[in-house]
Amino acid sequence: MIRKMTCIDCPVGCQLEVEVEGGQVIKVTGNKCEKGLTYARQEVERPLRILTTTVLTSGLNVKMVPVRTNKPIPKDRLLAAMAAVRQVRLDHPVKVGETIVKDILNLDTDLIATREAF
Amino acid sequence: MTRDSRPATRDLVIVGGGPAGMAAAIAAHEAGVKDILLLERDQYLGGILNQCIHTGFGLHHFKEDLTGPEYADRFIKRIEALPEIEASLRSFVVKLTGDKVLTYLKPGTMEVVKAKALIMATGCRERTREMVHIAGTRPAGVYPAGLAQKMINIEGWLPGKEAVIVGSGDIGLIMARRFALEGAKVKAVIEVQKESRGLVRNVVQCLEDFAIPLYFRHRVARIMGKDRVEKVLIENVETKESFELTCDTVLISVGLIPENELIEMACVEIDSMTNSPVSKAVNLCSIPGIFVCGNSYKVYDLVDSVTRDSIKAGQMAADYLREPK
Ligand SMILES: Cc1cc2nc3c(=O)[nH]c(=O)nc-3n(C[C@H](O)[C@H](O)[C@H](O)COP(=O)(O)OP(=O)(O)OC[C@H]3O[C@@H](n4cnc5c(N)ncnc54)[C@H](O)[C@@H]3O)c2cc1C
Repeated sequence: MIRKMTCIDCPVGCQLEVEVEGGQVIKVTGNKCEKGLTYARQEVERPLRILTTTVLTSGLNVKMVPVRTNKPIPKDRLLAAMAAVRQVRLDHPVKVGETIVKDILNLDTDLIATREAF
Repeated sequence: MTRDSRPATRDLVIVGGGPAGMAAAIAAHEAGVKDILLLERDQYLGGILNQCIHTGFGLHHFKEDLTGPEYADRFIKRIEALPEIEASLRSFVVKLTGDKVLTYLKPGTMEVVKAKALIMATGCRERTREMVHIAGTRPAGVYPAGLAQKMINIEGWLPGKEAVIVGSGDIGLIMARRFALEGAKVKAVIEVQKESRGLVRNVVQCLEDFAIPLYFRHRVARIMGKDRVEKVLIENVETKESFELTCDTVLISVGLIPENELIEMACVEIDSMTNSPVSKAVNLCSIPGIFVCGNSYKVYDLVDSVTRDSIKAGQMAADYLREPK
């Protein structure tokens, strides 16, 4: 089976043709770099996405601190992760890159701050 | 203003503390300018990047996929480490003259400063519903997409529960995903052209991932609702067939225009089509010693290109200050 997809690893957005057999990637064409191969394999097996959102603070200089997962997480877990993030209140200063939630949803991924708050 | 009513003079004044203003300040400093005043009306540096919490920034400049705030932070840290750059926050420039005298408001005071060289980095603003001519009533719930982005990401306030987005540029697409993640329903993205003006990447990860329909060659013909938006009429621009969608929010994402009221006030020549300064080469305008960079020079797609060209603006200002006058 041939699956057509757009590689979203970077803004170039290569149009990939991915030959899939029994859930396995056999061949990828259309990719301009190595990342396309990894992307196609991942997208067929289990699509991953970085989650970026915000966390509500209390008593800090900004009301919302933007955050991201430090690794992509399974696409089908995005909304569950959002629900978990909604429970968080940040009440201590953070630097960019500092962990806010460790191992969110046991996905082996941390939620980190992308903006300083104090 | 000093007592004898002659304004203080600074070597370089920069208006706007977004990525353009910050890159220009750092570059001018590197090129030898040691008296720099950076004026920013907001309470933070970073400009529009503070609300662009998604990734996709810095792939060229840093060879990394950063979020907007992370990209901004790298420059903010450098500015903070340079005492010769005075970053004055909550400083809203309201007046500019052709001989580079600026008036700005700070909480409680009005200040006047004369610049030997001036860099304008005031960014851009969003086109509004008025500029795209959508018929109908004028209920609450119609927002420029970037303003909605600010409400959600900075103020922590979701402007609606069911949205229709007009325009499929990157900002519209990013906002579709943001609404969906926050638990709102995005009924449709409506695009009058045959294809999206945004990156394919964003069509995939912002719309397809959340099963949000994208209608090409369609337009919002009418917005209906008494106090709040209740529904919109969507029309196929080719067949003229139409249908209604109920929603409480309409986001308008139909492009950006350079913000150039100040230099216009100083009688810099402005191209009335693009609102950019009439210019012989990048960052130049019709008054020598005034440089315009970033989104106020022209609307850039990528912040990396803003940084690249704004570094040039900083160097150009330094060269100008060295020229014998
Ligand atoms: C909503 C949105 C989403 C975007 N998404 C992406 C993306 O995903 N990837 C990407 O690479 N690029 C993206 N961009 C583009 C990128 O963010 C811009 O190119 C970049 O931020 C422009 O920088 P700037 O410094 O010119 O303008 P801005 O960041 O707008 O900064 C201008 C600054 O000037 C200040 N200012 C204006 N007038 C005055 C005044 N009179 N007195 C004092 N201060 C003043 C403002 O407060 C602001 O801080 C996006 C842009 C927008 C608008």
